[in-house]
Amino acid sequence: MDKRVDGRKADEMREIEAKVGIIKRADGSALFKIGDTIAIAAVYGPRELHPRYLQNPETGILRCNYDMTSFSVTERKKPGPNRRGVEISLVTEKALLPAVDLSQFPNAVVDVFVEIIQANAGTRCAGITAASLALAHAGIPMKDMVAAISVGKINGKVYVDLNKDEEDVEDATDIPVACTARGKKITLLQLDGNITKKELIEALKLAKSSCEKINKVQEKALLEFYKQNE
Amino acid sequence: MNNEYIISLLKEDKRIGERKLDEYRDIKITYDVSKNAEGSARCKIGDTEVIAGVKMDIGTPYPDSKDEGVIIVTAELSPIASPLFELGPPGSWATELARVIDRGIRESRAIDFKKLCIKEGEKVWIIFLDIYPINDSGNLIDASVLAALAALKSARMPKLEDDKVIYGELTDEKLKLNKLPVTITFGKIDEKIFVDPDSKEEDALDSRLSISVYDGNIHAMQKGGNEGITIEEVEKMIDIAIKKEKELRGVLK
Repeated sequence: MDKRVDGRKADEMREIEAKVGIIKRADGSALFKIGDTIAIAAVYGPRELHPRYLQNPETGILRCNYDMTSFSVTERKKPGPNRRGVEISLVTEKALLPAVDLSQFPNAVVDVFVEIIQANAGTRCAGITAASLALAHAGIPMKDMVAAISVGKINGKVYVDLNKDEEDVEDATDIPVACTARGKKITLLQLDGNITKKELIEALKLAKSSCEKINKVQEKALLEFYKQNE
Repeated sequence: MNNEYIISLLKEDKRIGERKLDEYRDIKITYDVSKNAEGSARCKIGDTEVIAGVKMDIGTPYPDSKDEGVIIVTAELSPIASPLFELGPPGSWATELARVIDRGIRESRAIDFKKLCIKEGEKVWIIFLDIYPINDSGNLIDASVLAALAALKSARMPKLEDDKVIYGELTDEKLKLNKLPVTITFGKIDEKIFVDPDSKEEDALDSRLSISVYDGNIHAMQKGGNEGITIEEVEKMIDIAIKKEKELRGVLK
């Protein structure tokens, strides 16, 4: 058996922590921590959408924005948007969309803002998991919950939740995956690298079972919040 | 809760949450909130929350201060923190916030900039101090200053090899600070002056004054709000600011 750099088993995620209600001004908010990666998310809305030409009279729309603090990475990231952030914002939106029901809110927008406070790989997945929690906390009508995790292949073997050191291994294949909890559907799937069909299916199964574990932690965070605020 | 309610309370020297006119909400500092930063901290004043981080790099000095390091302060008013913030390039309020913090640190010479010179006229340390409000429940200025000072105070110099920064590796050497000038922000409604306006008081206030103080001396000031203030009022605010200085710096232990 190959040992992982931090001693984890192949199907073992880093330590997970989830909390809702962390940003008072927001309509919903959450923190999700996995190992040294920390994501926070805030939800504002439903609120009126500007500019008006973007409004949809049939349904409300979901708008996501992903950002990293300049100091979340070892080499400073220039504050503000970049191409990577724009793409991740888009895939975050697509990952969450199947889980929300905004049909009651024509012409409105639900805004989701994700900020990465500290980064050690898997930030988009942590952001999606936090965002799904924040949406639920905001009381947005939801058909499902979304959890996300990255799986990957290093030297021909499949692992869950690669950390930065593992992600940086040459020829490592990184696959961020999001799953809905009840529908068991994949709502985010990206891949960088080189992988066989057999390995990919194995990786996706690992992602699915890991997302189920994350979903339990999400449920617990929401329950804890409502218990405290009864 | 509307502006009239806040104004009527103030007439009797009262505020929401039974605060006194010269009383801050609870202040809490947490150090090292982001591992990859050279220094980082979170400041909470009541529900207001700001995180600040320090990153360092090597660059060239300004031509008028060849033997001194450089500090660059930015504030990102991410819409995560308030329903009033929008995406896009920094607006006027983000720019004002960053510049007020910058001046408080620069003009008081809070940092020993000469110690940040590597080779005169050629190579100096550049300190990037980035401020991220997480929740704006009022008085972002004071919370940002405290978060900034805490982040600077905890910052360690990165490892340097052949005048190149090795990112991700920090030395045990701390960033050298001379002093920690804190900022006290006042609101004024009618004739009433009070410290640490929360977001509801901010919506109602006529004018605002932020005073950066160290050792009883004033290092920076910034007036905001739409109404004027008198010299007597400025004097009164300075007196309170000097009295409050120790209490605020006390949280940076």
